[in-house]
Amino acid sequence: MCLGIPVKIVELDASGELGKVDYLGTKVQTSFALLPGVGLGDWVIVHAGFAISRLDEEEARETLALLREIVENSGEPEETAGLP
Amino acid sequence: MDLLTDKKSTFALLRKIEALARGVPSPVRVMEVCGTHTMTVHRHGLKSLLREAGIEMISGPGCPVCITPNAFHEAAIELVTGREGLILATFGDMTRVPTRRGALRTAIPAPGSSVRIVYSPEEPLALAARESGREVVFFGAGFETTIPSIALMARKARRTGLRNFAVLSALWTIPPPLRAILESGEIRLSGFLYPGHVTAVIGLAPYAFIAREFGFPGAVAGFEPADVLLGIISVLEQIRSGRPAVANTYGRVVRPEGNPAARAVMDEILDPDDSRWRGLGLIPRSGLRLKRDYADYDAVRKYGLDLAVGAEDLPGCRCGEVLRGMSEPTNCRLFGRACTPDSPRGPCMVSFEGACFVLFKYRDVAHG
Ligand code: SF4
Repeated sequence: MCLGIPVKIVELDASGELGKVDYLGTKVQTSFALLPGVGLGDWVIVHAGFAISRLDEEEARETLALLREIVENSGEPEETAGLP
Repeated sequence: MDLLTDKKSTFALLRKIEALARGVPSPVRVMEVCGTHTMTVHRHGLKSLLREAGIEMISGPGCPVCITPNAFHEAAIELVTGREGLILATFGDMTRVPTRRGALRTAIPAPGSSVRIVYSPEEPLALAARESGREVVFFGAGFETTIPSIALMARKARRTGLRNFAVLSALWTIPPPLRAILESGEIRLSGFLYPGHVTAVIGLAPYAFIAREFGFPGAVAGFEPADVLLGIISVLEQIRSGRPAVANTYGRVVRPEGNPAARAVMDEILDPDDSRWRGLGLIPRSGLRLKRDYADYDAVRKYGLDLAVGAEDLPGCRCGEVLRGMSEPTNCRLFGRACTPDSPRGPCMVSFEGACFVLFKYRDVAHG
């Protein structure tokens, strides 16, 4: 019912309402009727065939920065595996 | 995005939670309202790790298949077995919910009728356009994540003059049951984790009463392990500071105002309705139904269905208590014995977001 994770828009028709997202390598038909103004290459959250939210990259970076800070202050062993 | 899932951040966040939890009155009991959060909590072994850190996680009512009363399922069975030439389209897990009349999946349809599993509300509408000689009823259950798309389909059917399409709608809105849970005072809770994707649609304002009227903390959280833990940290910080709020720790997906286009479609097509939830009973304005203009597309009105009868659960099932956070699935005597995902006795074992299913599936997940 719900892909749950952000997926990338890889096809979009002229109306901007219908297209496809890439879900783990498979192209999945998706409606963008509830999310006007999205473009090719945008990352979105899809529920039951409909995109409902666009991923904000600035906010995503902020969350990662916050996480990095918490990891660095935690005294967990210094090893950078997993850090982007 | 590895930091959202890797063990290093999980443990760093857990340490922080442990430290914060020491400074607040225990026990700290956080309800994860959404079934997808329940999945994250169990799949990654966070339930026991959090318990060690001083946080008890309680599952809430956030699984649409689970909270839909059996009256809806029995009405769907009635439709497909009692009417000829009718296609009953629904999401796969809806066909497996057991009722006193069996499950949709095993119902024997009337001549020319059938049950069809769909993945998107667009499919039944396309089906109705193709199969003009048959009635198509979309049995759709969902929260605010799915509701706008169902509303959109009703509007499209009406605009295109499609007469053989109707919706048996089991549409539920998340904030009212949270009020019901807080007002009942049945369980002691310290904070809510609000569902990320529902909030991506409705925005933060619908939860404002929880902080304002009840002085109760809450945070919107995403669905990766680190997201859930960041949400819990926010709840703990609110408890510590004595400043309850509606925090948003999932800013990459959730805008404070939600999704205006989706909200507009809901407002245009649907009206709030007093609705009955499994386990929680009748909750004022907790559901949505099609407006009067759409009566021809509302299966309840179109076929004169009665959703007030036959709402009993199978004997022994405690799904209703589980949905209120009153009982753990393991307190149910049927759990893992008479009730398993292969032969469920209640919807909480059917849905992949159901607390019983999640616990059964991940019961062996060890942490570490
Ligand atoms: S284990 Fe099965 S019977 Fe027991 S409460 Fe859960 S769904 Fe109901």
